[in-house]
Amino acid sequence: MKIKATVIDPVGLQRTITRLAHEILEKNRGAKNLVLIGIRTRGEFLAKRLKEKISEIENIDLPFGALDATLYRDDFRTRLKQPEISVTDIKFDISEKDIILIDDVLYTGRTVRAALDALMDLGRPNSIQLCVLVDRGHRQLPIKADYVGKNIPTSINEEIKVKLKEVDEEDAVYLVDNS
Amino acid sequence: MSLSTKHLLGLQNLPREDIELILDTATTFREILDRPIKKVPTLTGTTVVNLFFENSTRTRISFELAQKRLSADTVNFSTASSSTKKGETFKDTVRNIEAMKIDIIVVRHQSAGVPTFLTRISNASIINAGDGFHEHPTQALLDFYSMKEKLGNIEGKKVCIVGDIAHSRVALSNIYGLLSLGAKVSVCGPPTMLPRSIENLGVKVYYDINSAIKENDILNVLRIQLERDAGNAIPSLREYHKYFGITKERLDKYNKDILILHPGPINRGVELTSEVADGEYQIILDQVTNGVAVRMAVLYLLGTLPS
Repeated sequence: MKIKATVIDPVGLQRTITRLAHEILEKNRGAKNLVLIGIRTRGEFLAKRLKEKISEIENIDLPFGALDATLYRDDFRTRLKQPEISVTDIKFDISEKDIILIDDVLYTGRTVRAALDALMDLGRPNSIQLCVLVDRGHRQLPIKADYVGKNIPTSINEEIKVKLKEVDEEDAVYLVDNS
Repeated sequence: MSLSTKHLLGLQNLPREDIELILDTATTFREILDRPIKKVPTLTGTTVVNLFFENSTRTRISFELAQKRLSADTVNFSTASSSTKKGETFKDTVRNIEAMKIDIIVVRHQSAGVPTFLTRISNASIINAGDGFHEHPTQALLDFYSMKEKLGNIEGKKVCIVGDIAHSRVALSNIYGLLSLGAKVSVCGPPTMLPRSIENLGVKVYYDINSAIKENDILNVLRIQLERDAGNAIPSLREYHKYFGITKERLDKYNKDILILHPGPINRGVELTSEVADGEYQIILDQVTNGVAVRMAVLYLLGTLPS
């Protein structure tokens, strides 16, 4: 594993989150009826930061939850390692809500597909909008993000590593070479 | 993280990490049971057969629900309607069922060792749902899950298993698993119901229920199994209740912080009074709910094991 470039630095990450928060509020004309749901692990922490930013801007405390979509994945039989699963923690009813679904990296789209299925089992939301920190391309499913922190075209051999202080030592996004 | 084994035959030689992985995984599935749609697609396409050679309501329903909530396909087999009645040998029955492409077999049998035997004649993952007086690992695991849910941790806790230890597979699985999780384990019952040399497993022995109540954090109270010969070990149920029955008076007097577990079905007025069975010390129905989550965890971990 070799770090090729720092794509987002700590200050840049803060700015990106501020911009995403404004975009979400602009498109939804405020924060009424919005709920934030982060896909575990790093999506959860990004969602938390967006929640804080939105509460700064609009002075509103949005419902917030963490989703584990592992049980809905399509690659159980093809993987060499059993994926780790954690608990979905959504304490409110998502029916008729406008959900902002948050993840760190959008790649093949399969995680988002699993998350959409998982959400549908929890209720019938009014809408689901996807917000990602990085879109690295190479979609295998017809899925598109509504809010993108940064578009980073990558090759298949590269990888995007998102680091967040809550779980890692630092705030940063790196482009990594795996070849 | 995945299990170190393809089968769940018992807790005797199961590494502590495996037990902890199952208990941790079960918290994920416990959350699913509180959802409006209590089902995930994880085991779609996996076929599970429930081979029950002995009567069971709770365990069979619990396993079946766990399988359905993971979207597995299930087939039930019980002796009453089976070809073993027509003279087919056990081995042939299993071979025939397996020829229908089964991934997991859940088996209960009156003879100890049947699940182990199955691992030799079948390629499926085998889950022991109770074999003779040997082990009943998923029951013990759901007991541990319920203890952890209530008390936070098992390590260092004092747990006493009360009743007919000699005729209990729940007792043996509890002893192995609890010791491996670092609990201090004891048993309590009339001498006729305690196997000789049980201390050699590393458990303390009580013959007096009052001191067992006083000195422990948790009592796992077993059923007096009248259908299994327990009647020969005690003069009468009334006498058993008098000396070993758990009553509210005893708990109030000797240990107000104790936690009571019971694997069911309860003989009210024998091992527990109704007051205790429905009272504030027990978590008996939580155990039943948790049982589904724990069995989902076991099925998930074995059913998605990388080949």
